[in-house]
Amino acid sequence: MSQGVTKLIHKYLRHDKKFPHVWCPGCGNGIVLGALIRAIDRIGLEKDEIVLASGIGCSGRMPVYVDFNTLHTTHGRALTFATGIKLAKPSLTVIAIMGDGDATAIGGNHFIHAARRNLNLTAIIINNQIYGMTGGQSSPTTPYGSYATTAPYGLIEHAFSIAELAVTAGAPFVARGTVYHVETLEDLVKKAILKRGFAVVEVISNCHVQYGRRNNMGDPVTMMKWMRDHAIRVEKASSMSIDDMEGKFTIGVLADVEKPIYTEEYQKIREGAIKGRPTGGPGHG
Amino acid sequence: MSARKGQKRVLLQGNEAIVEGALAAGCRFFAGYPITPASEIAELLSMRLPLAGGTFIQMEDEIASIGAVIGASLAGVKSMTATSGPGFSLMQENLGFACMAEVPCVIVNVMRGGPSTGLPTNPSQGDVMQARWGTHGDHPVIVLSVSTVQDCFEITILAFNLSEKYRVPVIILSDAVVAHTREVFTFPHAREIQIVDRALPSMPPEWYIPYEDSPSGVPPMAPFGEGYRYHVTGLVHDVRGFPTQRPEEIKALINRLFRKITQGFHEIQKVQRFMLDDADVSVIAYGSVSRAARQAVKEARREGVRAGLLQLITLFPFPRSSVESVLKQCRGVVVPEMNVGQISREVKRVNRWECKVEKYNRVDGRLITPKQIRQLIFKLGT
Repeated sequence: MSQGVTKLIHKYLRHDKKFPHVWCPGCGNGIVLGALIRAIDRIGLEKDEIVLASGIGCSGRMPVYVDFNTLHTTHGRALTFATGIKLAKPSLTVIAIMGDGDATAIGGNHFIHAARRNLNLTAIIINNQIYGMTGGQSSPTTPYGSYATTAPYGLIEHAFSIAELAVTAGAPFVARGTVYHVETLEDLVKKAILKRGFAVVEVISNCHVQYGRRNNMGDPVTMMKWMRDHAIRVEKASSMSIDDMEGKFTIGVLADVEKPIYTEEYQKIREGAIKGRPTGGPGHG
Repeated sequence: MSARKGQKRVLLQGNEAIVEGALAAGCRFFAGYPITPASEIAELLSMRLPLAGGTFIQMEDEIASIGAVIGASLAGVKSMTATSGPGFSLMQENLGFACMAEVPCVIVNVMRGGPSTGLPTNPSQGDVMQARWGTHGDHPVIVLSVSTVQDCFEITILAFNLSEKYRVPVIILSDAVVAHTREVFTFPHAREIQIVDRALPSMPPEWYIPYEDSPSGVPPMAPFGEGYRYHVTGLVHDVRGFPTQRPEEIKALINRLFRKITQGFHEIQKVQRFMLDDADVSVIAYGSVSRAARQAVKEARREGVRAGLLQLITLFPFPRSSVESVLKQCRGVVVPEMNVGQISREVKRVNRWECKVEKYNRVDGRLITPKQIRQLIFKLGT
């Protein structure tokens, strides 16, 4: 291990407490965690300023390992808790880490509304296309036709594209990366944290144990090669035909626009209410 | 409150008094979702909270509402939500999170008739057992009931105080009648209002053990972002907040969660005794039904029956000793409720005496009248 990595581990991980971690050998979650820590380190945020909130699933275990203010919420609800924290203390950098089932099945409603509402939050969604922790059941991002423990005859539903869903729901910053393109991922996470507004990073990851094994990709290397061969940079994709993009997905920044931020708008409401309105309400007759 | 000079009398409805109570208690965050007959609480707070430097947010559903409430409380702000039956059902999962992670919060349930969409605009007391046992697993929780506009103010303050002191969610059960009845309400002087805030850690961050046991069983609570970096989870956790599966750690946590409430019984279990000292027939009631019961007791007294009323303010933890003293003393007790019999079961459960416990129930969306209760008092008194 390089000295730089050791330094980061000592600085950010709760290394004396809860290791070894629960993730399977070769799991992409560690790569996402690494990218997140490096992005935070590069930005230079203080650990006290950061809240890392998760939902339930393999991704949900991430906060326990890092030395921030950490919160492991209920399934699909990370963004709702994050919303409360951010509103109560806007100075905190609040990052929600979720899985694909977590964010887009049980938490789908919260996800689209958080995108619409535009608090200054960062949402990182690790999309491994399966429910890993519970044993390989199909999720909203499991591809049509693939096999899962609850789709033993092949899946007949169609998958969400999470990043595109976030764009449509109004998130001002949306990016997609993979655990193969590690440097890009770190860069996207950094941009997302620095973005003023609701920022989404979808990370295509590998669950070779629960997804790959049942779909002819039973090891992490095979799955990473699949990511390498199917990911197209947004800049390149714009000049490709629909036929050429068939079966491929884009990586990079999909949306980056400016929108009024909820907490700032709310502060204006507070100031306006105090100035412009008599202290109304029935109690004040 | 500070702007007020002397005591002020105003006409308020129950939902409005809950808002006044919440603001007086220091509530500065509300997240909610529209639902009859609770919506006025959200509407009024959307206007009042910004003026108090607080925050109101309308969320996408009740699940999100209580999630945001817990998040805000973790960041150190007193928080509340308000709903009715269907929304209360949706909140149960995160209510359990608040019990497990010991996050103070207040949940107002303005009860309507159920099950399901039920009777949105009619009163009911059908959610008593759900308030106690709605979320899964063994858990401690405090449930308070309100019967008047004055109650709505005072009990809301009590709810926040107990929630902060014991780090437990407190549920206020109101109903459509209390919520929408307008009554004269007298604001107390600010100095008469006692406010309790959660205990903050007095030790430096490196000494802070977030879920450490103590004589009170209630650990101090560090808000996020103040240098005390720790882990909060809905999983069973050790004293540091990290997930555990060790039997001795699991047992220690669950026992402490209950012990902290058990030790506080003397101040949590509130009741009002009315003409009970020499009573030989009594009514045990709560919420809007206790108003009818009070009238019935007065009328029965006028006709020579030694009747009394035990009004339960705290429904859970069930005020057993107060109920027992009535059961011991009386030959008959009536338990009228706007449900098929929820608190009456609790009363029967603790009855070890010769006292005859009679339940009386109405589930047609209408109030129980003083006359109906008076008839039962006479029946048991003769």
